[in-house]
Amino acid sequence: MAGEQKWDKVVRTTVWSAGAGCHGGCGAKLFVKDGKVMKVEGDEDHPWNQGRSCPRLLSLTQYMYHPDRVTYPLKRAGERGEGKWVRISWEEAFDTIVQRLTEIGDKYGRESVLFCQGTGRDIGGPISLLAYSYGSPNWVQFGLSGQSCYTPRLVAMFATMGDYAVADASQFLEKRYNDPQWTPPRCIIVWGQNPPPTCPDAFFGHWIVDCMKRGSQLIVVDPRVTWLASRGKYHLQIRPGTDGALALGMMNVIINEGLYDKDFVDKWTYGFDQLKERVQEYTPDNVAEITWIPKEDFIAAARFYATSKPAAIHWGMPIDMNPQATVVAQAISHLWCITGNVDIPGGNVIARPSHGVTAYPYSTAELERLYGQEFIKNILSRKIGASRYPMVRDFRHWAQPDLAVDQVLSGDPYPIKAAWIQTTNILGGQAADTRKHYEALKQLEFIVVVDLFHNPTSMAVADIFLPAATFAEKNSLRSWWTPLSALVKAVQVGECKSDWEINLELARRFNPKGVPWKDVKELFDSRLEVSGLTFDQLAEKGSWEMAREGHPSKPYRRYEKGLLRPDGKPGFSTSTGKLELWSKCYEGWGLDPLPYFEEPPESPVRTPELWEEYPLILVSGARSSVFFHSEHRMIPWLRELDPHPVVEINPQTARELNIEDGEWVYIESKRGQVKRKAKVTPIVPPWLVMAPHGWWLPETQGTEPYLFGIWDYNINQLIPTGCQSQSGYGGGAYKTMLCRITKIKEGRE
Amino acid sequence: MPRMGLLIDYEYCTGCHTCEVACKQEHNHPAGEWGIKVNENIVVRSQKVTIDYIPFPTECCDLCGHRTSQGLLPACVKHCQANCMMYGTIAELSKVMENKPKTVLFAPR
Ligand code: SF4
Ligand code: SF4
Repeated sequence: MAGEQKWDKVVRTTVWSAGAGCHGGCGAKLFVKDGKVMKVEGDEDHPWNQGRSCPRLLSLTQYMYHPDRVTYPLKRAGERGEGKWVRISWEEAFDTIVQRLTEIGDKYGRESVLFCQGTGRDIGGPISLLAYSYGSPNWVQFGLSGQSCYTPRLVAMFATMGDYAVADASQFLEKRYNDPQWTPPRCIIVWGQNPPPTCPDAFFGHWIVDCMKRGSQLIVVDPRVTWLASRGKYHLQIRPGTDGALALGMMNVIINEGLYDKDFVDKWTYGFDQLKERVQEYTPDNVAEITWIPKEDFIAAARFYATSKPAAIHWGMPIDMNPQATVVAQAISHLWCITGNVDIPGGNVIARPSHGVTAYPYSTAELERLYGQEFIKNILSRKIGASRYPMVRDFRHWAQPDLAVDQVLSGDPYPIKAAWIQTTNILGGQAADTRKHYEALKQLEFIVVVDLFHNPTSMAVADIFLPAATFAEKNSLRSWWTPLSALVKAVQVGECKSDWEINLELARRFNPKGVPWKDVKELFDSRLEVSGLTFDQLAEKGSWEMAREGHPSKPYRRYEKGLLRPDGKPGFSTSTGKLELWSKCYEGWGLDPLPYFEEPPESPVRTPELWEEYPLILVSGARSSVFFHSEHRMIPWLRELDPHPVVEINPQTARELNIEDGEWVYIESKRGQVKRKAKVTPIVPPWLVMAPHGWWLPETQGTEPYLFGIWDYNINQLIPTGCQSQSGYGGGAYKTMLCRITKIKEGRE
Repeated sequence: MPRMGLLIDYEYCTGCHTCEVACKQEHNHPAGEWGIKVNENIVVRSQKVTIDYIPFPTECCDLCGHRTSQGLLPACVKHCQANCMMYGTIAELSKVMENKPKTVLFAPR
């Protein structure tokens, strides 16, 4: 490239975790001069983003070299919340942590320490390594009520298909849209997500736009008129929390009108007759009444989806936030099963970690190999939520967050005394009932926060603060579907270390036997063995490689080819070998094997008296293009694009309340009030307001009691805990609580 | 030298703000100064809401001469997530425009 001589080097790497912040996958070029990243661009040779980038990635230098960034370890000097810190060495930090956690573990049991992470980034591997090496089963997305982020969808797919699936935007193919194997979906249902602003769940949001240009027509299920909804063939403006009824109603239409794929259903599914019977309860009239979507609209959309092969469904987190989310996700996955849109080009393709490499090292079998069977059996049975929820016990290794916070406060059935908090700003971000989590964390004897900036959580509760690296400052590995990717370290900033480096070092101190690798690169090499590549080889390839044709992690039609089952026979990796519409897994977990609908905990239907007092549905969590959850509020280039914590209000509603655009208002609910700036816009219906989450003001006072303004602005204060599904996963009521809006009178602001 | 311009296909512009920040990084514009600025238009017609975004190059847009002279695309065009920006001669771009509704052509300089 011309002009490269200006730089000492250009490092091609993969974007994932702090920096851009997102769920990642993009290829980036980092331009380095004198040991500093001076500039970043999208990598045009990377098949994921093909040279494109998002605003967060392009602001990387402002993030990495921000004056407020913490670049060496700190220990608390004054009381918690006073904001007094002193610099310490890594050695002192590690020694203190080992000493304190050992004391606490010896006194109360190792399970008394929580290992808390945020969203699905480059963290599951390092944090589980540390938790298990220390000896605690309590690895948890602390605060995320119902673990309502992807896990419910994952478990539903796993139970139904024995695998996971994603909308096929050609992401498994090196030549992408030009690969002759691929055809664009004729129809895409974008269900409960606004992909362009962020890149969720290992999916580049604008792939949807790429498909639209190639002819895909959209059905958008969303209570708001998002940009995609305004471009959709059908927009189903759903009442939040009723997605299960919609899915069942669409199946009612598709099955009763004979629009499903009969050959596929006969050959590859199990339990169709029972499903057929179940959907009869969900007539179009019932479903229209429940969802507030005109009957004609979803009938037409259901017909369009079923008759447009290939068709794909791309879905989002609101599904996980439905009551009984694990059956809602099940019902939606049934749509692609009964229409035969499974593992075909342009359908929902089975997604496995690329090359069979798991960057999260830990299947139960592997854990047993590393730590011994007895140890694993013991700790997994002690995990918070395991005895109450068989699904939580058996599926992935998370502890249940709602029970975890209750247990911190009650000490029942065993005490919780310390927390390791890494990649999560609990009090400024994902925690429902912020005050409850604040009080719980305050009770703990010892808390370590690993992060890049001080935030409300570190300010309120950290005893030790460890500075973490951005993606540009670390080596790591990613195999989240595709391609197999390396994060390649370009530079060092201060004394920051990667999550892997920090955790490997500590894990070794707690349990040398469980850490047979000399350093992180050796660990990655051992994870990569099945791919035939070393970490350095992968990095040299430009940081990525696609799986070869014929590999079980590469589409298409693997169920016909015997590539999915361990026995090599055609079919799916379930007990019947078929797609289980009547779920044997769910039955085994003591749950209804078929999907059904349940009203949200607060709603115009379930709590009509409350609806009179609080006549608006409060939706939190819509994404901004320039922030990732609670991050990036301190980045000048980004913050000026989205400067205020707003609440979207429909013009008619605003008129009735005498509120003008830009005025400050209170959002009030049974649980308290939050301050917001009114954004009057027709993109929300009159019966709903939307308030983005993750708001704190880094430019304001961080010490107690202010904590960067969370008690004024953090919307998740109004969301309760304890609404989790019967399965333990899903149901966090982040999108369905009731509220009212009042104008802030002069002098009250 | 033929005059150069930017063609925006606003059927597909998602309002993602990438072009704005790409330009900031390239020119090191401070907060408050823009080479290109995204505008939002929301129209409600017979109850249907339509959202259009259009990025507008400002006085500060120099069409990334230091990049294009090296054969590189302008920073905004290269990074646009919707691939809805084109750089070229006004003659080429106006040809594209003839066949593509919802486009707008800018000749900033
Ligand atoms: S062409 Fe260059 S200067 Fe003009 S708006 Fe795009 S990035 Fe900015
Ligand atoms: S980068 Fe492209 S899609 Fe994003 S706002 Fe600019 S023109 Fe629109």
